[in-house]
Amino acid sequence: MITQLILRALDKKAIWLVAVLAVIAIGVPVLNLVVPEGNPLHIPNYAVPLFGKYLNYAMLALALDLVWGYCGILSLGHAAFFALGAYAMGMYLMRQIGARGVYANPTLPDFMVFLNYKELPWFWNGFDMWWFAFAMVLIVPGLLAFVFGFLAFRSRVTGVYLSIITQAMTYALLLAFFRNDLGFGGNNGLTDFKDILGVNVQAATTRAALFAASAFALALAVVICSAIVNSKLGKVMVAVRDAESRTRFLGYRVDNVKLFAFVVSAVLAGIAGALYAPQVGIINPSEFEPGNSIEVVIWTAVGGRGTIVGPIIGAIVVNLTKSIFTSGSSYIAAGLVILIFSGIVAVASGWTKGLIVIAASIAIPVLYGLYQLALYGSFKLPALSDVWLYALGGLFIFTTLFLPKGIVGLIAQWRTMTTKREQHDRNAPSPADVEAGVDPQPNPAE
Amino acid sequence: MTNRILRLIAVLFALALSPLPALAQANDFAVMVQALGQGGFPDREAAMNALVATGDERVPPILQAMSDGTLYLRKSDQRVLFAAKSGSEFKLTDPVDGSDAGTAVSADIEKIKVNNGLRGKIRTAIGTMTLLSPDSASRLSAAQSILKNADPAMLPLLDSALAAETDPKIKSTMDLARAVIVLKSDAVLDDKRAAVDTIAAHGDQAAQTVLVNALAAAPDELKPVIQTGIDAIGRNLQLWQVAQNLLYGVSLSSVLLLAAIGLSITFGVMGIINMAHGEMVMLGAYTTFVVQELIRNFAPGLMDYSLAFAVPAAFLFTALVGIAIERGIIRWLYGRPLETLLATWGLSLALQQVVRTLFGPTNQMVSPPSWMTGAFDVGGLSITWNRLWIVVFAIAVFAILQLVLNRTALGLQMRAVTQNRRMASSMGIRTPFVDAMTFGLGSGVAGMAGVALSQIDNVSPNLGQGYIIDSFMVVVFGGVGNLWGTLIGALMLGVGNKLLEPQFGAVLGKIIILVLIILFIQWRPRGLFALKGRSIEQ
Repeated sequence: MITQLILRALDKKAIWLVAVLAVIAIGVPVLNLVVPEGNPLHIPNYAVPLFGKYLNYAMLALALDLVWGYCGILSLGHAAFFALGAYAMGMYLMRQIGARGVYANPTLPDFMVFLNYKELPWFWNGFDMWWFAFAMVLIVPGLLAFVFGFLAFRSRVTGVYLSIITQAMTYALLLAFFRNDLGFGGNNGLTDFKDILGVNVQAATTRAALFAASAFALALAVVICSAIVNSKLGKVMVAVRDAESRTRFLGYRVDNVKLFAFVVSAVLAGIAGALYAPQVGIINPSEFEPGNSIEVVIWTAVGGRGTIVGPIIGAIVVNLTKSIFTSGSSYIAAGLVILIFSGIVAVASGWTKGLIVIAASIAIPVLYGLYQLALYGSFKLPALSDVWLYALGGLFIFTTLFLPKGIVGLIAQWRTMTTKREQHDRNAPSPADVEAGVDPQPNPAE
Repeated sequence: MTNRILRLIAVLFALALSPLPALAQANDFAVMVQALGQGGFPDREAAMNALVATGDERVPPILQAMSDGTLYLRKSDQRVLFAAKSGSEFKLTDPVDGSDAGTAVSADIEKIKVNNGLRGKIRTAIGTMTLLSPDSASRLSAAQSILKNADPAMLPLLDSALAAETDPKIKSTMDLARAVIVLKSDAVLDDKRAAVDTIAAHGDQAAQTVLVNALAAAPDELKPVIQTGIDAIGRNLQLWQVAQNLLYGVSLSSVLLLAAIGLSITFGVMGIINMAHGEMVMLGAYTTFVVQELIRNFAPGLMDYSLAFAVPAAFLFTALVGIAIERGIIRWLYGRPLETLLATWGLSLALQQVVRTLFGPTNQMVSPPSWMTGAFDVGGLSITWNRLWIVVFAIAVFAILQLVLNRTALGLQMRAVTQNRRMASSMGIRTPFVDAMTFGLGSGVAGMAGVALSQIDNVSPNLGQGYIIDSFMVVVFGGVGNLWGTLIGALMLGVGNKLLEPQFGAVLGKIIILVLIILFIQWRPRGLFALKGRSIEQ
């Protein structure tokens, strides 16, 4: 039965995606370790964990897409599950430091010695064993999602209300983890990792292995999500997304369907976080910031929600863009990114909208320059890192306005270009909306 | 022991000397000042007490200088002088008539040394000296200084000061000081009992500390009395503390109400969550700053009334920005509330960055008008004027909004659209216009909230971020479509937060509140005052 499920899950697209991920999982470490430096194909050491980080983000976005894109639950607290997984992994890594810390205490991590802990808090027990810690990576986010989801879905907290209480959840966790007496290192979080499974976490080979693990974990997530959405359960999830009440009236247990999706999603997010912690080398409470969770939503939206490949593309594209804007100083690269984005918008929603994006992108540096001219008498372009927040803000606005189906939707749109009539029909209001007294809406997929 | 007797003699001597004619005093004064420079610490103390007894107003600065170590003895002629270091030399002044006494290098002069015991006595002495001063502020500080040191030797002086005192506040401090001294001295038991009662009647933290300190040294028959006094004060203090926390809670509630009420309007009528709402508050605060800068530059006389200009300016500006947002972005997203949330979040990032570009990332100074500074006491409560005015302002905004919603044509249309958009539209209400006006109104109210918040919070680009989550909590907790829900929500969250704070600390208190809200939503998924309707939920 399981094989049947997997076979059905691996439709053509998913097979391609898993194949590509497998190639990346092997190719990038090979290009990093085997290909000598100086060779144009060589991937430098710093880039490996960076790409690994993107894959973790992609997995987080895929996890969110499972609940948002397929089940209509907009969680604004998914980064919390990611961070909890990362903290569980971080606790394991802290215990592996042993007596090599600054204070050379064999059991207590440095920050506990610093904060005058006499003994290990009870919840740190067991984290010196890798299997226990790895189990906690799955259990802690899963359990939180189960309890939270059980309460919320049972009492039919939906839509905006649910989004807001998920935000409250991650905000509460943010405040809690900032406290020193919670026992997770407070403000500074967990850092200064040494070993993972007995090998040096900083070594190039370990980094390459972690990258491969991230790629394989993402491939596994693709298989799992694909299996779920292609099953009968997946169909019910989409039904819940499109007409929750009607699905309930038809006799489906909507609460259980949502709870299942939510827990699976949280566990996937936790795994992504656990792979993220050793690659970036630190985990601190800022991962719980509500803004982070909202950013995950925009990755998913940019890539295209309600698809398997969309969130992966979205997460990688947005984070690459972020790297170009925040660390690079190349205006040309930034301009190219904006041009490409405008092009996508133009193809998807028409030339006028593409022009609006270009106009907005040009207007901001020009206005900034004029402001500088008026103030100091010299025309100056803003620093690219200052532009990033404008770009991110613009991305949020223009994606929701002009790219409701994301980048992947664009490809689908090309395919159906010939059958425009069908699309026209899909914009008609659904009967459920008419019953509910809601205005006709351009996109009933909420 | 001899020391004590000497001191007693000195005080008696001093008291005996005090009614002497002024002329004799003037002649003796210089001699008495010179005596400070001679002998050991006991001699110095005696000289000091003699000086104190003159009641001369020149004495406190001299004693202060002695205590601060700026009183010196010139070796050549044994004169006591003030010395102020200027460069490598000391500039000398005569303490008696304030005349210049030339300069000296450090080898020529010698500091008049004091030890800690003497320093304490100097403090008391200065306190005593100023106890009869015509200036009420210095009398009060003198009384407080005596209260702190509680030197039994000061009792006679205190009694005479008490008889002459007319200011009730100073008198009560003196009363307390007297009672404390009596409690410390070897007075008879009845007097002490009365003293304990006096202290207990005072009922504040200082009085409690005095009694707690006295408890250990007190004779056994006095102990129960003192213990009752301590308990009585404790209960009293606890009551005041609860009242004070309630007050803080109401103050926080008013801030929450101001921040959330605009959100509640847009959410209730349009069913969308405006993530850029916090930035409207921030823009309102920056409008206050700009208005104040304009007034400072062009009409400095109007500074005290700057808020009167800032409130309408902030309302208009943020309302216009709000209408522009609604027309430009939000109207394309109706029926997709979750996407509106994303678009407005993006907008909030961009708006913050705009303000950061224009004004810089640092905090801007908004100076409060004079009528909003300072505080006043009511019983054991301390109320700051700015908090009080913000509460008043919040109530006024709430009342005006109620009027707008219930008594104007626009309000009627808004309520109609809230209850049934399609029906309202069928009846000829221009729903797009109502939407734009509603969003403008909500944003304008947020701008006015920004004016209030600029008085108590840092005006920085992140101002709105700090309030947005709390505002959501208030709206979700109170329920939409009903301003009373927002009011009750703000009150419960604000007061709850401040009542939890003393037990759990600020952060844990906030976490508890958040968890309680999450649990509360399970019980009432549409908030306290849910709008009743027959339409099926989406």
